[in-house]
Amino acid sequence: MPSPIPSPLASRLATLPPVLRHPGVLFGLAVLLVVGFAALAAPFLWTGDPILLRPRLRLKPPSSTAWLGTDAYGRDVWSRVVYGARVSLAIGFSVATAAVLIGLVIGLVAGYLRRLDAVVMRIMDGLMAIPSILLAIAMVTLSGAGIGTVIVAIAIPEIPRVARLVRSVVLSVRSEPYVEAAIGAGTRLPMLLIRHVLPNTIAPLIVQGTYVCASAILTEAILSFLGAGIPTEIPSWGNIMAEGRQAFQIAPWVILFPGLCVAATVLAVNIIGDGLRDALDPRTARRVGALR
Amino acid sequence: MTGASASLEPVLSITGLTVPLPRGADRANAIEGLSLSVGPNEIVCVVGESGSGKSVTASAVMGLLPPNLAPSAGQILLQGEDVLKVGPARLRALRGSRMAMVFQEPMTALNPVLKVGDQIAEMLEAHSGRGGREARRRRVLDLLGDVHLPDPPSLAKAYPHQLSGGQRQRVMIAMALANDPALIIADEPTTALDVTTQAQILKLLKELQARRNAGILFITHDFGVVSQIADRVVVMQKGRLVEEGSVDDVLTRPRDPYTRMLIAAVPRAEPPPPRPRSQPSAPILAVRDLTKTYGGRGLFGGGRAVTALDGVSLALQPGETLGIVGESGSGKSTLARCVARFVDPTAGHIRIGGDDIALLPTRELRPYRRRVQMVFQDPYRSLNPRRTVGQSIIEGPMNYGLSKEAALARATRLLDLVHLDASALDRYPHEFSGGQRQRIAIARALAMEPDVLIADEAVSALDVSVQRQVLELLEDIRERLNLSILFITHDLRVAARLCDRLVVMLGGRIVEEGATAALFANPRHAYTQALFAAAPKLRFAQA
Repeated sequence: MPSPIPSPLASRLATLPPVLRHPGVLFGLAVLLVVGFAALAAPFLWTGDPILLRPRLRLKPPSSTAWLGTDAYGRDVWSRVVYGARVSLAIGFSVATAAVLIGLVIGLVAGYLRRLDAVVMRIMDGLMAIPSILLAIAMVTLSGAGIGTVIVAIAIPEIPRVARLVRSVVLSVRSEPYVEAAIGAGTRLPMLLIRHVLPNTIAPLIVQGTYVCASAILTEAILSFLGAGIPTEIPSWGNIMAEGRQAFQIAPWVILFPGLCVAATVLAVNIIGDGLRDALDPRTARRVGALR
Repeated sequence: MTGASASLEPVLSITGLTVPLPRGADRANAIEGLSLSVGPNEIVCVVGESGSGKSVTASAVMGLLPPNLAPSAGQILLQGEDVLKVGPARLRALRGSRMAMVFQEPMTALNPVLKVGDQIAEMLEAHSGRGGREARRRRVLDLLGDVHLPDPPSLAKAYPHQLSGGQRQRVMIAMALANDPALIIADEPTTALDVTTQAQILKLLKELQARRNAGILFITHDFGVVSQIADRVVVMQKGRLVEEGSVDDVLTRPRDPYTRMLIAAVPRAEPPPPRPRSQPSAPILAVRDLTKTYGGRGLFGGGRAVTALDGVSLALQPGETLGIVGESGSGKSTLARCVARFVDPTAGHIRIGGDDIALLPTRELRPYRRRVQMVFQDPYRSLNPRRTVGQSIIEGPMNYGLSKEAALARATRLLDLVHLDASALDRYPHEFSGGQRQRIAIARALAMEPDVLIADEAVSALDVSVQRQVLELLEDIRERLNLSILFITHDLRVAARLCDRLVVMLGGRIVEEGATAALFANPRHAYTQALFAAAPKLRFAQA
């Protein structure tokens, strides 16, 4: 029996509810909502000034006044972790959006215009060959630390991955008879790509976007930890951990709590990605539905 | 005919088998109360259209049903042992040793990264063990010889991609035979093959079955194949058995109306009397010395060049239906795609009206796109699943400046012409059956008011009853619109029914052409004769 191909409306209605019933996705969304809420409402969450130095309160363990303790300069770890969520989420989502949008355009062009393909994809291969951490360190060294630089530095190596994914979808769709029929009907190239090719790339792109987001959050933490990321005056999970490194043995809480936040957020985003992948793929959507 | 098996105990006996479909399917059961048996040395053909449950039957016997399908009643006795009751280990032992399966797609049923000899040896090793390595090697060579493959020692070392489709199917049959199973299940084993190859494989199966006394459960949708190979026939419709009997009884004296309808729908390889035609005028489409070469260029090129079309010339008169027949690789689809300019020809001329479009750059092609429209083979892939039928039909006319209202009015008229309701405009392709989708694709092509309609295997993927309806539709609209059709097919029976003239292609060249009736009466080229000889012969009741 031929498998029915769902219409966009029907597939949206049919796939979203199972996604929300997927236990992993629920957990991931819950974690992300908590982190997102914390980032937005940071000033109202019983936080103090995250960069206020209090030399007399150095390396205090968690207590009723400093919930997560204080660091080597006496700064409140709770306040720093909550404000740090802003940086991590902003970088995760900006990198994902930038990499997906730029990669989408490059992938569409490379996949459809065969003449550009060889050149564009060799450039992408070249980009992929550069270790992303090294590239980021080099860029930050050259242009100075800052959130913008970090976003660009992390996004660049992610672009080729997105472009390759889009290109492979375009290559498989472009030989579909319905695309040829549209060519035969005189549809011009931009319309052809938007109407007949682009919709097929949305589902894999959303999934890839979540992975890019998770990896960007992690990379930012690594860069900041190495001192090549966000400047130290802006708290981010990475540089909180970096600064807690020296006192790790006597004050483990300085590293522990931002570390847990990074782990939970990255895990949450990845789990959402897996859930979306299952739900947006018609072959596995039924299995997800059967979990109900 | 072997016949003398009725007194022996059947190899396979299915009684009262019911396999429910998951909730939400279009009917309750994939198979309902099915009973049939296969005797030793007997070929039983299960015939039916898509969705009749014939493949589910085969999978049920092999214990290969997908997890969401589980038999709810009945038994399947393989030499007295109920395969529905045995555990996975016993089932594995039965598969391959007592029953074996030959699949439809020889391209995908073999493992592409293993040598074919090793794949057959694996079958031997997994079951009887069959002595040592050397004994297995000899047995593999024997089997390859048995299925008439040339030079077994070197063939055993070949990878599947190095073999032709027919050779691969022979390897599949050798694998199935490896452990002398009592029952062979063949699920559409020749559907993916050319007619000449199909004839050879059918002959081989019949010969091997007679020599080994095996029973064959042969699943097919093609009554031509049935009449060539079957001892007994089981006709299935929507999961139920509707008729059963000897091949002669069923084909010449069908009792059930559904069987009668199916047999009547099979196109005869006898051309109808020629249509009255006006005197030849200037051709609407003229192809001269068209050549298409693939490969041999590119950045890292230097690969070998393949000539898909080699100096093809033909002319299509206004209102004429010209059939292009040939086997896979003959270049007939490349020809169609060159004429529609989905691929760029290497050299030659394609004149539409007065203009040569063969080597026109893509940018300048746009005014001509309208004049040649194509209907594709696969109705499930030729309509964008995310766009409504209406959007698909009006896209072309609106590209050429028609207003949306006018385009919709035209779409409504065309849907009526292809016998679909106007409400179809707002629905999505997945809500339609294969035959309905093909009608929509025809309506979409006609919406462009083309000079030439190319039908590239447009009815090949359809069930015979649906195929007949689409052919009738094409006959009807070409009269009404005086349409010129380039009809590409591998099926001589379909070509005979529809085409005024035929062109036979082989290896990228035209080897013979002529009026359909004349060509059928007196094929001159050796290849055409072979093609006609291989086409399944029908011995039917006159419907």
